[in-house]
Amino acid sequence: NTMFSTSLLRVGSKLIGLLLTRKGHFNTLGLRNDFGFPPGLRTKTFLLGPTTKMNLFQSVTSALDNTLASDPTAVIFGEDVAFGGVFRCTVGLRDKYGKDRVFNTPLCEQGIVGFGIGAAVAGATAIAEIQFADYIYPAFDQIVNEAAKYRYRSGNLFDCGNLTIRAPWGCVGHGSLYHSQSPEAFFAHCPGIKVVIPRGPVQCKGLLLSCIADQNPCIFFEPKILYRAAVEQVPTEAYTIPLSQAEVIQEGSDVTLVAWGTQIHVLMEVANMAQEKLGVSCELIDLQTILPWDTETVCKSVAKTGRLLISHEAPITGGFAAEISSTVQEECFLNLEAPIARVCGYDTPFPHIFEPFYIPDKWKCFDAIKKLISY
Amino acid sequence: CVDQLLEVSYVLSQGCSLHPFSLMVASSRSYADFTPEATFDIKKVDLHRLEEGPPLTATLTREEGLKYYRTMQTIRRMELKADQLYKQKIIRGFCHLYDGQEACAVGIEGGITLSDHLITAYRAHGYTLTRGGTVREIMAELTGRRGGIAKGKGGSMHMYTKNFYGGNGIVGAQVPLGAGVALACKYLGNDQLCVSLYGDGAANQGQIFETYNMSSLWKLPIIFICENNQYGMGTSVERSSASTEYYKRGDYIPGLRVDGMDVLCVREATKFAADHCRSGKGPILMELQTYRYHGHSMSDPGVSYRTREEIQEVRSKSDPISMLKDRMLSNNMASIEELKEIDIAVRKEIEDAAQFATTDPEPPLDDLCSHIFANDQPFEVRAATPWTKLTSTS
Repeated sequence: NTMFSTSLLRVGSKLIGLLLTRKGHFNTLGLRNDFGFPPGLRTKTFLLGPTTKMNLFQSVTSALDNTLASDPTAVIFGEDVAFGGVFRCTVGLRDKYGKDRVFNTPLCEQGIVGFGIGAAVAGATAIAEIQFADYIYPAFDQIVNEAAKYRYRSGNLFDCGNLTIRAPWGCVGHGSLYHSQSPEAFFAHCPGIKVVIPRGPVQCKGLLLSCIADQNPCIFFEPKILYRAAVEQVPTEAYTIPLSQAEVIQEGSDVTLVAWGTQIHVLMEVANMAQEKLGVSCELIDLQTILPWDTETVCKSVAKTGRLLISHEAPITGGFAAEISSTVQEECFLNLEAPIARVCGYDTPFPHIFEPFYIPDKWKCFDAIKKLISY
Repeated sequence: CVDQLLEVSYVLSQGCSLHPFSLMVASSRSYADFTPEATFDIKKVDLHRLEEGPPLTATLTREEGLKYYRTMQTIRRMELKADQLYKQKIIRGFCHLYDGQEACAVGIEGGITLSDHLITAYRAHGYTLTRGGTVREIMAELTGRRGGIAKGKGGSMHMYTKNFYGGNGIVGAQVPLGAGVALACKYLGNDQLCVSLYGDGAANQGQIFETYNMSSLWKLPIIFICENNQYGMGTSVERSSASTEYYKRGDYIPGLRVDGMDVLCVREATKFAADHCRSGKGPILMELQTYRYHGHSMSDPGVSYRTREEIQEVRSKSDPISMLKDRMLSNNMASIEELKEIDIAVRKEIEDAAQFATTDPEPPLDDLCSHIFANDQPFEVRAATPWTKLTSTS
């Protein structure tokens, strides 16, 4: 595998927002807008080279473009990727690199991932796209039983580290049962793979390039609601953001907030609200890599603040917050001032019409902070 | 016919006797004028592992014709209304429309009975209607109201009625379910069968082939139907499938390829397939060659992977409703006025349904946690925060 230019960046960025913020949970596009992106915040990045304004799907395209350019064995495949993909993540790549490197597969997720594993084992850098994370389950057996265990069972003779699977993830306002799911918890239970979720375009490109370079099979979930909504200045050259490193986005002293993906932006608003209304200083951590996760950063933070709130859209029972909660209470038991709070989705299938009630919005999180403080 | 003539003349004479100085104008065409039944030639069906196929002619009675016309027109107008409501953002989420493919739903229903079973994928509004749903319930489900056929909890892709198992979002996942239903029919010995539908895109899913094997091995009374509308979302059949002869994909399962735009063709083929199943010969596979006018869903304009000319051509040459209408009119089985009246009645029905769907209240918040599990007593459902719990009411 070739190496990209890998200066590590300490990226502490905030998003420059442009999503309309009508009052209420959903805007006229049917997208969630219970969180906004405060305008006027500048990106605090140490940037490598020139940057362009890109949204999330463009940052994915940029990362894939860099990969196809520098790695002659890289191939991208999935349903409808040839014309650009249903979320425009692969626009222009087929024209630029040829139809033997960017090609469509038929409608068969199990086949796509199985085929990807084979291609990766044989030496190609295989980047598979599953059209929605909700459809990844036919491929679950291939991921868990084949991809994750290949190196282990062959005694390091073979591996499918060249495989990266990308899938749009998370709720979008009108997705209902099968276009809104967050399945990271299912995969967190599987040693051998890595699960990564970015919160914005700069992280997305860096993390995706890290996943592609990583010598282990990786699943990269892209928050679909942020595809257009999140816009930032993103470096056009290739760069990586290290995996298994959580990022402290905002330092604080009273409460630690942990989330990933879209929920980071919700918690950012909540942190501001907590500061204004309660005088509470929140430390916000983006986990970025779900598996293997950065226990040290989170535990150090909780040791400092004594209170932890974890939030995700997936149902609460068995969600990844449970794992974080369990580990933190093991490591930081005597530091805790209050029970660890988890603000997550309900234990129901992702609903059709009840979505505004289901999602862990900023009010529920704010309420949780109040309870943490007053315990 | 003679009775009808007598009745008409009786009514006329009564009318005349009430108003002795008025003139009653009798309609120039009475029911006696219409042909009660006619036989049509239908296209020959391609066969796979079958000696004989369905007959080359089909008989249509006037009642059947009017019924098929009304049902197809209802489906057509309902889908167009759903299109309109979606653009007005009254229907949200995903909406996959069935216009152009009406002959499939109506023809299949013509070949089986309501006590048989049917399961299909997400393009299910037409089947919900033919399987006994009402337009009101369907539209209220699309808008997510409590009067909806799934109480507003399922939406476009999850509609169900008795012996109709949906309405399934995940591509191909419904076919093994259909085999299970067919097994139940065989086990219970009730002479029923299951029709399991899927599309040309789903035909490449592994679980379909697993189902072929199981149903053939155990001789289940299942009719596999591949509704080939030429495009799996935006991918044409040539670009997705090594073999586009979907009726042969069952390999050891006998197959038929049928013109899916002709309701009589579909009906005769379904009858033939149903006889095959009911006689204990095991599964059979039907490919219906059809076409959808709309895109894959409401977020797909439908013209980036095919030309408008192609859509227009199919609309003008093979539209199922026009085909039936021409047949009936040219054989004097109905009058233009009569069909227009049906159109007007259908329009009114759809308007009423849309009105209901827009004004019916949404399901109560309690429904968020109802029917997760089956349980005798309500249980607590963990909610978004640790101190709130909701009670399931199922």
